[in-house]
Amino acid sequence: MAEAMGFGHAVKRKEDARFLRGRGNYIEDIKLPGMLWLDIVRSPFAHAKIKSINKEKALATPGVAAVITGADLVPYKLEWMPTLMSDKQMVLPVDTVMYYAQEVAAVIATSRYAAADGVAAVEVDYEPLTPVLDPIKALEPGAPVIRFDRPEKTNRIWHWEVGDKAAVERELKNAAVTVAQDIYIPRIHVASIETCGCVADWDPVEGHLTLYMTTQAPHAIRTVVALVTGHLGLAEHKIRVISPDIGGGFGGKVPVYPGYVLATAASVLTGKPVKWIEDRSENLQADSFARDYHIHGELAATKDGKITAMKMGVVADHGAFDAAANPSKFPAGLFSIATGSYDFQKAFAQVDGVYTNKPPGGIAYRCSFRVTEAVHAIERMVDVLAHKLNMDPAELRAKNFIRPEQFPYKSALGWEYDSGNYQGALDKAKQIIGYDALRQEQKAKRARGELMGIGISTFTEIVGAGPSHTFDILGIKMFDSAEIRIHPTGKVIARFGTKSQGQGHETTYAQIIAEELGIPEEDIAVEEGDTDTAPYGLGTYASRSTPTAGAAAAIASRKIRDKSRKIAAHLLEAREDDLAWEKGKFFVKGAPDRAKTIQEIAFAAYTNHPLGMEAGLEAVDYYDPPNLTFPFGAYICVMDIDRGTGQVKIRRFVAVDDCGTIINPMIVDGQIAGGLTMGMAPALMEEIVYDDNGVNLTGSFSDYLLPDFERERRGVVVGRADNGWCAGIQREKTDERMCARAIRLSALHPLSAIYHAQRCGRF
Amino acid sequence: MEKVTININGADYSAEVEPRLLLVHFIRENANLTGTHVGCDTTSCGACTILLDGKPVKSCTMFAVQANGKHLTTVEGLAQNGKLSPVQEGFHEKHGLQCGFCTPGMMLTSVAFLKKNPNPTEGEIRWAISGNLCRCTGYVNIVEAVKYAAEKMKESNQ
Ligand code: FES
Ligand code: FES
Repeated sequence: MAEAMGFGHAVKRKEDARFLRGRGNYIEDIKLPGMLWLDIVRSPFAHAKIKSINKEKALATPGVAAVITGADLVPYKLEWMPTLMSDKQMVLPVDTVMYYAQEVAAVIATSRYAAADGVAAVEVDYEPLTPVLDPIKALEPGAPVIRFDRPEKTNRIWHWEVGDKAAVERELKNAAVTVAQDIYIPRIHVASIETCGCVADWDPVEGHLTLYMTTQAPHAIRTVVALVTGHLGLAEHKIRVISPDIGGGFGGKVPVYPGYVLATAASVLTGKPVKWIEDRSENLQADSFARDYHIHGELAATKDGKITAMKMGVVADHGAFDAAANPSKFPAGLFSIATGSYDFQKAFAQVDGVYTNKPPGGIAYRCSFRVTEAVHAIERMVDVLAHKLNMDPAELRAKNFIRPEQFPYKSALGWEYDSGNYQGALDKAKQIIGYDALRQEQKAKRARGELMGIGISTFTEIVGAGPSHTFDILGIKMFDSAEIRIHPTGKVIARFGTKSQGQGHETTYAQIIAEELGIPEEDIAVEEGDTDTAPYGLGTYASRSTPTAGAAAAIASRKIRDKSRKIAAHLLEAREDDLAWEKGKFFVKGAPDRAKTIQEIAFAAYTNHPLGMEAGLEAVDYYDPPNLTFPFGAYICVMDIDRGTGQVKIRRFVAVDDCGTIINPMIVDGQIAGGLTMGMAPALMEEIVYDDNGVNLTGSFSDYLLPDFERERRGVVVGRADNGWCAGIQREKTDERMCARAIRLSALHPLSAIYHAQRCGRF
Repeated sequence: MEKVTININGADYSAEVEPRLLLVHFIRENANLTGTHVGCDTTSCGACTILLDGKPVKSCTMFAVQANGKHLTTVEGLAQNGKLSPVQEGFHEKHGLQCGFCTPGMMLTSVAFLKKNPNPTEGEIRWAISGNLCRCTGYVNIVEAVKYAAEKMKESNQ
């Protein structure tokens, strides 16, 4: 029999079997009898009045079954839909388009090609309006207000602030040293290789909707659909959301996009299944945008570099609708982690969300909510301060780190950090990369007029949202769930409220159960993504799955163990207290031969359970984490910059990550390697660019450059040889939160480190 | 409409198709072999890579009628008699895939490359596969997977 591996083993992934053989089941692979195709007419203007839409030619196109416009949705009250941020968003505009590539009409046809023909034949007459594109100007008095539907006559969506503003202002006035810096983190795109899409299958007889959908949060979607369509008679028990295999999500597949709603409406209208799949240009132009933070940072410090106060002001470009997916009480996400790894008691942060004539943005892209933005802001400011003080940035950080003995540490903006060894992480990164020697080399090179940069980013993140007293989305608390059933033969089916998009949940979750119950991983089937079968959960994004659903798996396993003890006592004719657990079995203390394996116990649970006990062996847990977790680390990047051509060559990049208890080191390494490359990209090549009319100039992979093998080689050279992965400076204690840090994603920190390296190259 | 017959992984598939039908759609929708993916519309990502008479081709950039009478290999044709090919094994052993969406294209490009160059350096591997994009892995483990496959193929040739 196979062995149970559990924690710390590089168990090869269970999900690989189907992907390697081309047998994954992605949204594009779903094909239902009689299925129709939906394609979308999109706006060529960033802001315009719709004067008329002529469907005639489209309807005469062979294969076209219907054309839907905003006006067609009005009788059903479906022209607007609510967003996860308590705003609303147009499904289709009735008279005004708000951004370039916005959905204007939908064509339903018998094939993909016929639908595209129909789109080409729809005639829309526009009257262009001046777009509002600069979020800072959008806040100026007299700026045209773009959201005509709102009673508030301003482009400001909300203002959020935290901290002691007066104290910070005083400190900035009186401090020996202050620095101020504007920092822009550009709009970027997740660009998962699979775009978004769905197949909506309405059964008119049963009044039942099955929605196959690229979603990272299937249960939340089901509830939202029920709320949105309640007035049309659709109820939550008649909605089944199935999230099949997902070809990368990175936060882009959390929000609800108009295409999903249109396909659903089209299926109801036609009584047939309707498929909508975005092409790449649509994806890069209309959805899945992140960042777009205009930051103004200030720090106060003593002459010798002890930071005494921080102020951060942000103008956040959210596009025309506030449609990210932050927890309800946190419109600016967890930006308040911006005090980072540093010990000072005066801080103030404010963020203004702003409407512009751009598509909605601000998703949690490969990080927890706005944590990337926060880390980059503070790390950049610390470097600016180091430059002003003419101090080594590593030394300045060392001077300001929260020390290990200060944990649990209450940050100036109110978070309770659980643990950390920041200096330890930085020392380790410095030692691996040979920091001192590099600084010598840099000095010599500069003397010769050559440019060489060394960039440092240390960080504290905040992940695992979140405790129910503070965290909810549209009122639904941010717990997550696991349901485990042990079959009579000792095999397991386990279902979760989360949804993997490549993180390897099928393997990691099986390892957690294996660790807790001693059942081999290969005997454990893991399922996610079907709301008819999985327990309710909030889904996978913001580095939350392992800390929440993973922990739920551990606790559900322990509930099963509790019942197993009773069954074992019955089988062994012993008292429960006299039994001891050892991975996979209960035995009588002092008589290890008298034992029952978990498999024997499972069999007995169905065939020979004690009188008065319920049959079966299963448990469900909805885990509400007591706190978030605060992983940390230190990244260092070394680069050469060609003075003549500006070409940047990253020589070495070392990443030291606190990973807590590592469940599967292979998967953790893989996540970090992916995060590094993704983080490097916005520092060196990726940015969504609009022209003066609000037209997206980066709407294809020929313009929006993803790192490829070659670019990556010129860029980051990383690998196990660096010995820098997951150095595991400090292990977290193994309690309910044991899984807290094992899988997380780190996209930003490379950005900061590379950016700093570039900057220091220039200085 | 044009009648085409294309041999995919040893079996013939015939259909009446529009001349504008892309080869990738023929493979996915006419032959129902959904392992070949579509990730872009500018011949940039390589998710749709297949072998056409042994050569790697981006099947989103070719019409089905152009492949009439040709022999294709798709990801479904890599494993033989239920046994993974060395490249597939490499991707599994070296964790060369996460979401799996780019993987079929990556593997087919690698198969063709290793046939031409059984003894590649890391630089050659990176160059050979630079027409395929992956958003998840950061490429490190894909390179390792290809190296693994090269070693494996050498062993079995000895
Ligand atoms: S789908 Fe063919 S290259 Fe992207
Ligand atoms: S594994 Fe997800 S795109 Fe490559």
